Parts: sequence; structure tokens; C-alpha cells
Amino acid sequence: MTMTNFFLGLSLAISFLALLCFYRVVFGPGAWNRIVAVNVFGTKTTVVLLLMAFIYARVDMFVDISLVYALLNFIGTVAIAKFFEKKGEV
Amino acid sequence: MLSQIVNIITIGLSLVGLFFLFSGTVGLLRFPDFYCRMHGTGKCDTLGSLMIITSLALYEAYHGSILLALKILLISVFIFLANPTATHAIAKAAFVCGLKPWKKEDYR
Repeated sequence: MTMTNFFLGLSLAISFLALLCFYRVVFGPGAWNRIVAVNVFGTKTTVVLLLMAFIYARVDMFVDISLVYALLNFIGTVAIAKFFEKKGEV
Repeated sequence: MLSQIVNIITIGLSLVGLFFLFSGTVGLLRFPDFYCRMHGTGKCDTLGSLMIITSLALYEAYHGSILLALKILLISVFIFLANPTATHAIAKAAFVCGLKPWKKEDYR
């Protein structure tokens, strides 16, 4: 039971949790629930990306990718929130 | 001996982080209203991913280079700052849009 197997199991578990969040993305009653679900999805993807860094032992490459993904996820969420605030669509 | 300790700390911290991520997901699915869902996921997700990322930083600090561990810690600090801010932005936008919070007797 090397650490790589543990990281693999952990990333599979987090991906399964992200799949559960996908239910809220599809069936979320309104636009707002979908925004929250996508935000949760993005945070989980950042963690899975970092775990992949350790599975493939290419840490320097994947760390940059997950950092950029965290930044983009944050900017996307704030942009959508600002857009819906102006448009006033519930 | 030291590598065993680092591995044990990494596994333990990651599993606790996984538990918090799981509770955030349950909160997202089970809570009745938009604000309750955001309340649950905003905190649990941040803490869960924070724990997992810091444990990976510790693992990297021991097995790889310290600089990369610092970069991984930078990600965790950024998520620690960015996630609550994003949650606040959504909440403010939803409230301005006139989304009323859920009350007990409302439709589930």
C-alpha cells in the first residue's frame, strides 16, 4: 500500500463527491443553486488536480495548473455573481 | 522512521479533509434553501480542501523540494482567502436580486 495508491483512492473519493455535487448543477431549482454547485465543483477539482500531481510524480507541472484553476474558479464565480446582480434575474 | 511519521500525518490529515468535503457535499444536497446550501458548502469545502492541500504540502516538503511545498501552501492560502469571498459575492448578489431566505413553514 504505497502512498500513490492512497492518493489515487483519495482522488477517486473526491471525484465521486464532485459527481454528487453534479446533481445540484443539473437539477438545482434556480440559477443561484447552480452557481454554488459549480463553485463547489471547482474547489474539488483543484484538490483532485493536486492529488494527480503526486500520482503522476510530475509535481512542478500540476501545481501550476491547479493554482491557475483555483484563480480562474474564483474569478468566474465572482463574475457570474456580479452579472446576475446587475441583470436581476432570479 | 521520519518518513513513516510524515506518511501517517499526510494520510490522517487527508482523511479528515475528505470527511469535511463529504459533509460539504451532503450540505449541498440536503439543505432546503439556497442560503443554507451556501452556508454549508462555503465553510466545509474551504476547510476540507485546506487540510488536504496542507497535508500534500507537508508530504512534498519531506519527499520533494521545499520551494514546491511553499507553492502548494500558496494555493491553500489563496483558497482560504478566495472561497469565502466568492461565497459572500454570491450571497450578496442573490439577496440584492430579491431571493427570500427559506422559512420553516415554506415548501420544503
